[in-house]
Amino acid sequence: MAKLFAVTLVIIAILSAIPILRHTWVAPEDISTHGHLIDEQMSETMAEAGIAFLAAQFLLALFVWQYSNRGPNAKLKRFPGGATGLVIAALLVVGVEVLALGVFGVKAWANQYLTPPSANAMRIQVQAGQFAYYFRYPGPDGTFGPTHAELINEGSQNFFGLDPEHDSDSRDDIVTAEMAIPVDKEIHLLMHAKDVGHSFFVRELRVQQDFVPGLDVSLHFTATKVGKYEIVCTQLCGLGHYNMKAYLYVLSQPDFEEWVKKEQALQ
Amino acid sequence: MGQEGTGTTVALPIRVLRVSIAEWEHFFEVSIKMHDMSAHAAQHHAPPTSFLRKHVFSLDHKVIGKQYYALALLAALCGMVLSWLMRIHLGWTNAAIPGLQLLSKTGAPGGVMTPEYYLQLMTMHGTIMVFFVLTTAPFAAFGNFFLPIQVGAEDMPFPRFNMMSFWVTFLAFVVLMSSFFIGDGPTLGGWTQYAPLNSVGAVGGPGEGMGVILWMISIALFCIGQLLGSLNFITTTLDLRVKGMSLMRLPLTAWAWFITSCMGLTAFAVLMPACILVILDHVAGTSFFVASNLVINDQLQPHSGGSTLLWQHLFWFFGHPEVYIAIVPGIGIVSHILITSMRKQMLSQRVLIYCMGALAVLSYMVYGHHMFVSGMNPFSALAFSFPTLVITIPATIVVLIWVFSLYGSNFRINSASLFALGFISMFVSGGVSGFFLAQPSIDIMLHGTYFVVGHFHMVMGVAAMFGIFAGTYFWFPKMAGRMMNETLGKIHFWLSFVGTYCIFMPFHYLGMAGNIRRYSSFPDDYMQSLIPVHQYITVAALITGAAQLIFLYNLIHSRFWGKPAPDNPWEATSLEWSTATPPPFDNFGGKHPVVYHDPYQYGVRSSVGDYVMQTSPEQVQTEHDEK
Repeated sequence: MAKLFAVTLVIIAILSAIPILRHTWVAPEDISTHGHLIDEQMSETMAEAGIAFLAAQFLLALFVWQYSNRGPNAKLKRFPGGATGLVIAALLVVGVEVLALGVFGVKAWANQYLTPPSANAMRIQVQAGQFAYYFRYPGPDGTFGPTHAELINEGSQNFFGLDPEHDSDSRDDIVTAEMAIPVDKEIHLLMHAKDVGHSFFVRELRVQQDFVPGLDVSLHFTATKVGKYEIVCTQLCGLGHYNMKAYLYVLSQPDFEEWVKKEQALQ
Repeated sequence: MGQEGTGTTVALPIRVLRVSIAEWEHFFEVSIKMHDMSAHAAQHHAPPTSFLRKHVFSLDHKVIGKQYYALALLAALCGMVLSWLMRIHLGWTNAAIPGLQLLSKTGAPGGVMTPEYYLQLMTMHGTIMVFFVLTTAPFAAFGNFFLPIQVGAEDMPFPRFNMMSFWVTFLAFVVLMSSFFIGDGPTLGGWTQYAPLNSVGAVGGPGEGMGVILWMISIALFCIGQLLGSLNFITTTLDLRVKGMSLMRLPLTAWAWFITSCMGLTAFAVLMPACILVILDHVAGTSFFVASNLVINDQLQPHSGGSTLLWQHLFWFFGHPEVYIAIVPGIGIVSHILITSMRKQMLSQRVLIYCMGALAVLSYMVYGHHMFVSGMNPFSALAFSFPTLVITIPATIVVLIWVFSLYGSNFRINSASLFALGFISMFVSGGVSGFFLAQPSIDIMLHGTYFVVGHFHMVMGVAAMFGIFAGTYFWFPKMAGRMMNETLGKIHFWLSFVGTYCIFMPFHYLGMAGNIRRYSSFPDDYMQSLIPVHQYITVAALITGAAQLIFLYNLIHSRFWGKPAPDNPWEATSLEWSTATPPPFDNFGGKHPVVYHDPYQYGVRSSVGDYVMQTSPEQVQTEHDEK
């Protein structure tokens, strides 16, 4: 039984590692300027965690194989070095590993979260509500008109609660249900929630950020590849959570300008 | 105090209340002037005679322990059936599950689950499993039964608190389950119940009105139960140790329960008021967790000024220690069983105790890793990330001590020790994924995905569950007086061990590919290709779940028809094995045992074999015996 356990454990450990080594299931290709740092951090962590995983399982299997049911006269042995050696080893190996991961990981995090967006980043507002995203572009004047929560009305399609009659800044704002951005241009996303908590997750862009009702949260990124991507909600927001998504179109600059014109005409 | 009268059942609650107040006073008295270690159990209550006092409202910690175990078993069964229903829905979204419409006509018309009903079942699965299984079984059930015996006490110091602790917990379970049948069903907000969905009321969705209130009442009650229990555990460990039982002579299980109860006392004390604040947001017009200017269904909400993130801080300040409340007793139980099976001491018992203590202390400093992308200050992510990474050090030391203690041992394979080995393997597998989730940068990709689900199911769910199984196979003879069937136990182990890897390893892969959790189906273009993986997991989950019925059968069959158990079937050394099987009402039949040794004197030559009981005055020279 002990040998069976050891063999099973080794097989499980190897089978678990195969899909990782063969990259059977991996995140989609990165299309952002900051994503490679996250991906590198991920592969480094995978290497260290993977080695720790295999080493621990193999050692467990080895010792169970060797030292089980040895009969009444078996001589008991104590691992040379005892606990002190193990504690020192753990402190050194795991400590260094932890320190390295922590220190290098800061770079990837800081790149996205601790540095402000550049001044000429393109600002887009996104509002999450049960169970849709709406986007607002400031229009030619470059200014967002103020929002009024009491005016929000899905029936009359006033998703943001704008009051163009009184607020001149709101008149040229463009409100859309899908997001388009020009490629290779930094985007500064201004996020707020209409009702409950939601999240903004684009796998390819390597961004994920919760919407916090009552807080304005911001996020910035630059997309480097033209295409159509999904924006999905990862924060449980109610019965339609599974179906809450919008599309992100990364367009070339001329295509983007065309898209803006088209949307402007629809307002 | 604590004289048992023949009082009628009607007067019982009043008497309980009156005597409980006296017990509070006694508690403070005891805490202030610490008894010397030779103090006997502070309580002497005579064996009850009526059926009600013997089996229902019992003051005996052993009966209460069994009651907790039965509650956990019932809850685990409910939680498992819920997971089956969820898995079927995830694999085959439009499949009709026969009979499901009987549970909820609106939630499952014709047996086909609606998306909201999926979320409601998911919430209940999580709540039931985390609170009523992973907290009650390893901590409250085994702890209640064995902690007093392992320290040599006759009972807990506050038996009425103990009884209240169980019945309040039971009431909490009833309240939680009742939400299935009241209004539009249970809440759909997940076991974390994030604000403001938990506070806006019925407009938030099905179950967000009455369902949330019932959830909050249930959990607040549960907290009260665990606070009372923790109080008892701490006092038992500190005050009721028998002569010779120094703190370092406590078995590792007793240490684990002691450390866990210290965590319980502080963690549940935060969650309970948080639950009450949510109830106030619902019924008293307050706005603790709801911000201003929220619009739901085109209606401006009548709340202002609350903080959404406040709930997350309160919840996770409880929530992260809770993870360790679930796993630390498992660490204790597994160490206890491993040593008994290895027939030699651990490399260091002391280091294991320090590591459990370190896990407990660190668990309060890491809770922010649940909130990296929540919108809290991004600088604090770094502050929470570092201790999270550091917590891997004590966890690694624990695993290294276990594994390298196996070196040179004479390991006895049985159902209990197999589950203990399985625990180590699961603890490692679930632990290494913590490396990823501890780092905010990687969390950007993995937060809210199945990777997280895989991680916590492995380390907190399955590992803790293996600890419970190991404890059951090990202690069942003492608790029930009969042996469990070893063959069935081993079949149960193999199916569970292989099965859980088949279920939960792919969760990690799904998460890495970007499969989002808490989705009732996967309509995204991106996730379509992952559905076959979900179908495979569903099949694995159904088979592994069915294997648990073998355990249930074994448990019930052995309880009534099992082979009668000897006093010390595993040739173990701690105090629970030095008394009769099953233990008499006062645990040691009127005697007060005296402790002469460290808890784990194995691999020695003595008159009984290769071990010396803690209570045996026989002199044995070992390198680790403490004065």
